[in-house]
Amino acid sequence: MKKRVLSAAMTSLLALAMLLSGCGGTQTAQKPAEQPKTETPAPAPAAEPAKSASKQLIIGRGGDSVGLDPIQQTDGESFKITENVFDTLVGYAEESTEVVPSLAEKWEIAPDGLTYTFHLRSGVKFHDGTDFNAEAVKWNFERWMDKSHPQHNKEGFEYYNDMFGGYKGDETHVIKSVEAVDPQTVKFTLNRPLAPFIQNLGMSCFAIASPKAVQEMGPEKFNENPVGTGPFVFKEWKRNDTITLEKNPNYWNAGFPKLEKLVFKVIPENTARLTALTSGEIDMMDGLNPDDAQAVKDNQDLQLILRPSMNIGFVGFNVEKKPLDNPKVREAISYAINKPAIIEAFFAGLGQPAVNPMPPSIWGHNGNIKDREFNLDKAKQLLTEAGFPNGFKIKFWAMPVARPYMPDGVKIAEAIQQDLKKIGVEAEIVTMEWATYLEKTKAGEQEMFMLGWTGDNGDPDNFLATLLDKNNIGGNNRTRWANEDAHKLLMQAQSATTKEEREKLYMQVQEIIFKDVPMVPLAHSTPALAAKANIINYKPHPKGSESLEKVEFKE
Amino acid sequence: MALLSYSIRRILMLIPVLLGMSIVVFSIIRAIPGDPALTILGEKASPKAIEDLREVLGLNNPWYIQYFDYLKQILTGDLGVSLHSGASITQEIGPYLAATTELTIVSMLFAVIIGVNAGILSAWKQNSWFDYCAMLIALIGVSMPIFWLGLMEQWLFAQELKWLPSVGRDNSRNPVEAITQFYILDTLLAGQWDQLWEVIKHLILPGIALGTIPMAIIARITRSSMLEVMRADYVRTARAKGLAQFWVVYKHALKNAMIPVLTVIGLQTGLLLGGAVLTETIFGWPGVGRYIFTAIGNRDYPVIQSGILVIATIFVLINLLVDLLYAYIDPRIKYR
Repeated sequence: MKKRVLSAAMTSLLALAMLLSGCGGTQTAQKPAEQPKTETPAPAPAAEPAKSASKQLIIGRGGDSVGLDPIQQTDGESFKITENVFDTLVGYAEESTEVVPSLAEKWEIAPDGLTYTFHLRSGVKFHDGTDFNAEAVKWNFERWMDKSHPQHNKEGFEYYNDMFGGYKGDETHVIKSVEAVDPQTVKFTLNRPLAPFIQNLGMSCFAIASPKAVQEMGPEKFNENPVGTGPFVFKEWKRNDTITLEKNPNYWNAGFPKLEKLVFKVIPENTARLTALTSGEIDMMDGLNPDDAQAVKDNQDLQLILRPSMNIGFVGFNVEKKPLDNPKVREAISYAINKPAIIEAFFAGLGQPAVNPMPPSIWGHNGNIKDREFNLDKAKQLLTEAGFPNGFKIKFWAMPVARPYMPDGVKIAEAIQQDLKKIGVEAEIVTMEWATYLEKTKAGEQEMFMLGWTGDNGDPDNFLATLLDKNNIGGNNRTRWANEDAHKLLMQAQSATTKEEREKLYMQVQEIIFKDVPMVPLAHSTPALAAKANIINYKPHPKGSESLEKVEFKE
Repeated sequence: MALLSYSIRRILMLIPVLLGMSIVVFSIIRAIPGDPALTILGEKASPKAIEDLREVLGLNNPWYIQYFDYLKQILTGDLGVSLHSGASITQEIGPYLAATTELTIVSMLFAVIIGVNAGILSAWKQNSWFDYCAMLIALIGVSMPIFWLGLMEQWLFAQELKWLPSVGRDNSRNPVEAITQFYILDTLLAGQWDQLWEVIKHLILPGIALGTIPMAIIARITRSSMLEVMRADYVRTARAKGLAQFWVVYKHALKNAMIPVLTVIGLQTGLLLGGAVLTETIFGWPGVGRYIFTAIGNRDYPVIQSGILVIATIFVLINLLVDLLYAYIDPRIKYR
């Protein structure tokens, strides 16, 4: 009797166990159908689904987009999508920030630098079927610049404000007017020359949207249902999960895009994302842990893709706080930071030591400056000269989050702490929640700190002036370094009309910065992506997002 | 009748509970350091832009005005607008809530079926090898970090054995057309059997990861509760009558033993609903836990407030359900 009861209970348990394990068992039979794997042993049945699926690319990434109306956005995850749905007037060359034609085929700049005439590509249509023309360009710019425009955002368009000196009617506003001369010609008149004007127009945020779609939906709805002229058409957004784009069959760049469908899938955890790639659930991923780069290289089914570097990670000094107000002290600390060792240990070699606050990939970079080498004796000597033979105590703020330019702030800070100890500097590591960190460093509460910057548009001004001009104290100049000579040169460079002239000025600025050491540039990191081995023509752009029109699967 | 008036009283009690809850959440999130305007605009924002945004968001108003504005809004069924995405929370939270609910149900089914049965068998075969093994597993289960368990599952079942998918709710190469946002239901409604199978497969690993701790707790509670009941006089009488052990256990003992177990199940379900952040992060599950968690990072006050309030409401409702179930199981329970 007892036995029967026990067996009944055990059977129910067993049944459940079998139900669970059974899921795995039947799974194997199903696998080839949904996950074409290169190593699948039976080639005949696997080959066919692989072919039909090969027009669909699934990209894993760490976070969701904020919104899909480019002008409303400032974050990289949003631009990864908008770059594929929209086009800008001018674009950037593959893998560099050199300006190339896009929606505008060619342009003329008046000698005084105040008039720009763009000749637009003809026959281009928005995804909703309306025509792209000079009126559409004019409408977009008016929406951005005119605060009273019905489709202007109540919170403003931050990038427009930053890049073009405010909005219509502001004293510093750059663009005086935009005129549609004829359907294919649009003329910009500026209030004052702006050297990086063309460069700015290529930024992801200044993409041209369909006026009809924005008017019909209003900015809020358009932010979730974007309509542009780009290689892919927006299909669906499942928040925090996937964004699906489909091929634009009428794309103006004939023969492209190569893929039928693009799916961006959010997988927050870096390790889980790599697992999904190895198990074939996704085709490529960004945000690879530097430590996993070797595993990707060793895996025959995968390839490692490196994004050209356009960032800087640095150790900054709040020059208003003692003893960091003494340039000798700052220089001493600079000698005590072992950059190559840090890059080897924490960037897994995916980066290069930085000398200047901007990377060599940007024009105007001063390659003649020779960096201070790691030398503790020299550091000690400088400290003695500065009046601190026995060192001092200092608070060292370490970043609490990983950023492309700083993979592990606290660990890097600890490494630096060890070397500083050897020259008598007792650095106490301070860290806090990220938003608070940003806020407090902006307010200047820190002493020594670490931070970084990823470039927006490949212009030297976007690094040098943003990070170190005295006008940006209280903003992004968290070192609070106010150097009159540097300021004069930076302002001159902003209004200079020729690139040669600007280049000369930036070279000088970098020398002043190097001499006065408001910061120790640490590294320009190389962000890594991983993809299936059969993906070709993926050209990662230094600015962090790019159009995937040319990407395809190798047959 | 008594049950009805009790139910009504319990439902009315939700009002002060939720009101208190809203005050607590509102106060706590304002104690978090960091400026939402700065966080929204990012590290590149200019001070003027931040100040403008603070004004637009009403962050410059005194906090009690902000609270009453919020309360007014909630009472009209409007959960507010996300500062981050600019979308309406009432609309935005739906799919997240559905995703989490689906995962929670699967986890609890797993936890209850395995946990209750293991607990019963352990009590029945007290001090046997089964008892020892089950309780050892339960002990490991409660102490296991979800993060580690999740990554191990992915490594073994997805990466090495390739049996189960590691992330997401569905196969992105053949996505589910969402109707109700409950994917099992959606695929059933659409009659998409291959997709249904995909959805089930996607539920298994996160379901086990999330269900392991409640399973272990339920097994332990069931065991001790059963042991206690089995020593009761009426059980001894039942046995003395010559009733088979199976009926003694499953008919007489179990019903009474289930009361504390039900409480635990209710509490655990509530905990899972809100505490799924880790599981959802590892398994790329677009659920409400991650929604609120991301909102905390973004200082998205309206989402944090409304999200927690929604979770709290569900939690309270589940407890109400548990209380009502008590009455069904044990008529001796009186309502005052």
